[in-house]
Amino acid sequence: MSETIRLGCGAGFSSDRLGPAVDLAQRGALDYLVFECIGERTMAFGHRDRMLDPSRGYNPQLGARLRAVLGHCRANGTRIVTNMGVANPRAAAALAISIARELGLDGLKVACIEGDDVGGLVDADTAFMDHPGTVGDVGLRMVGANVYLGIDALLPALEAGADVVIAGRIADPALFLAPLAHRFGWAPDDWTALGRGTLAGHLMECGMQITGGYFADPGFKDVPRLADCGFPIAEVGADGGFVVTKLDDTGGCVTPATVKEQLLYEVHDPTSYLTPDVTADFSRVGIERVGHDRVRVTGASGRARPEKLKVTVGFDGGFLGEGGVSYAGPNARARAELAADVVRQRLTRRNGFGGDLRVDLVGLNSLHATAQVPAGASEDIRLRVAVRSTERDDVDFMLWEVESLLCCGPAGGGGYRGQVTPCVVTHSTLIARDLVRPTFEMFAA
Amino acid sequence: MSTPRRIHDIAHARAGDKGNTSNISVWAYNPADYPLLKQQLTAERIRRAFPGLFTGGVTRYEMDHLYGLNFVLLDALEGGVNTSLNLDSHGKSFSYLILGLPIDE
Repeated sequence: MSETIRLGCGAGFSSDRLGPAVDLAQRGALDYLVFECIGERTMAFGHRDRMLDPSRGYNPQLGARLRAVLGHCRANGTRIVTNMGVANPRAAAALAISIARELGLDGLKVACIEGDDVGGLVDADTAFMDHPGTVGDVGLRMVGANVYLGIDALLPALEAGADVVIAGRIADPALFLAPLAHRFGWAPDDWTALGRGTLAGHLMECGMQITGGYFADPGFKDVPRLADCGFPIAEVGADGGFVVTKLDDTGGCVTPATVKEQLLYEVHDPTSYLTPDVTADFSRVGIERVGHDRVRVTGASGRARPEKLKVTVGFDGGFLGEGGVSYAGPNARARAELAADVVRQRLTRRNGFGGDLRVDLVGLNSLHATAQVPAGASEDIRLRVAVRSTERDDVDFMLWEVESLLCCGPAGGGGYRGQVTPCVVTHSTLIARDLVRPTFEMFAA
Repeated sequence: MSTPRRIHDIAHARAGDKGNTSNISVWAYNPADYPLLKQQLTAERIRRAFPGLFTGGVTRYEMDHLYGLNFVLLDALEGGVNTSLNLDSHGKSFSYLILGLPIDE
């Protein structure tokens, strides 16, 4: 009987649920529990946080997550791999050590991975791969630049016996691939094995998106007990084939359909999924139900890894303001359209108004506004006005204008709400692999 | 005259974003409907259906053995998650935009 390794996903995005992760730590019989918590936005917000307070910049839920799972993981021999270090892995590792001491987990080894911060290698002349122009052309303050690291950044820490590996920008699938390559001794050019392990990581890295989350469509795709959905488990063999499953008594479902939807999630050409570790090929993957909530995935492959590595450059984008007022009942649409017209007139008439403006009628044409306007006459419509600007004044002025509709706008408007949130802008570039030198440092509780 | 069937009656879908590019995978529930799905959802039809929204190129990849199609839409996200002023700045709801297309029978 061949050896398998059990990987669990304890978070698929920065604000993912905590309870199902604790469940996996407690009774998942896992070898590894992985928390994937970075997106392009969260990376840039991490840099902003760190600029405001040098002791911050890691995932805000890091402390809550580790407090809840570390004891179980220690007791069950489960190692943790995570990118929750975001823009400050060193501070994150220090927090992990202090929590381990609080919990009395003497000797717990925490590795901090660095080298993804390549802000020093990016300058005004750096050209983008996804956007015309250069860093200098953006005209905004750069907050950070991070290269997507691969398994070569994580393997030394695993080999050195880390119980918890905390990194920043690691390619999402690599968080799962590294434990597999470590355990099974896959060579760095075993493209087939790396392609298969990358598929396991790709399917796992969004958490519940493979166990029934983000899937339910009542009457068409029903999901049992969605409120209690469990996080996924992958049982991976030495050849890289694997079964996706979840804990028996959790809600959700693992079916060929949930696996298919995730197979191509954020994938473009299925023959060429690029990571720092491999060019993975998902085009001939086999998906087969092998039991209740058990789906076997086979047939991924791979080719040589890309020569260059992708870098996300983040900029301070100023502020996003969103304000709204609702109109309901007879002639709601006409009153909301009039309100929209009033706001547009007054904002564009203001001297020096420089924000990007968007006006939606929610209930009529918001999400797909530029695609289609349905003919149906809704009588419950919300005016939504959004402004992005580097100048806080533009945003505050818009909110004031929208709120003033309560007395100065069309009849029957109510329910004003307004909010301002900080913004980031991100673009991508490529960097030569030999300029990137990941390092790790081990700390013990 | 009965209401025309929609793609939603025969297929499910999920949308994802990378920068200003959206991808939408569409999967036939029943293998028997896959030829119809493939005939209905051409890259050209999707480009023509939403000219104000999908201003860039549309490419279709076919996963015949899994009865699924993957559409990659360039310049589809009003600049991408960090610059779009759309409430749904990721374009997550685009899956249901495609599923809402009528089946021409």
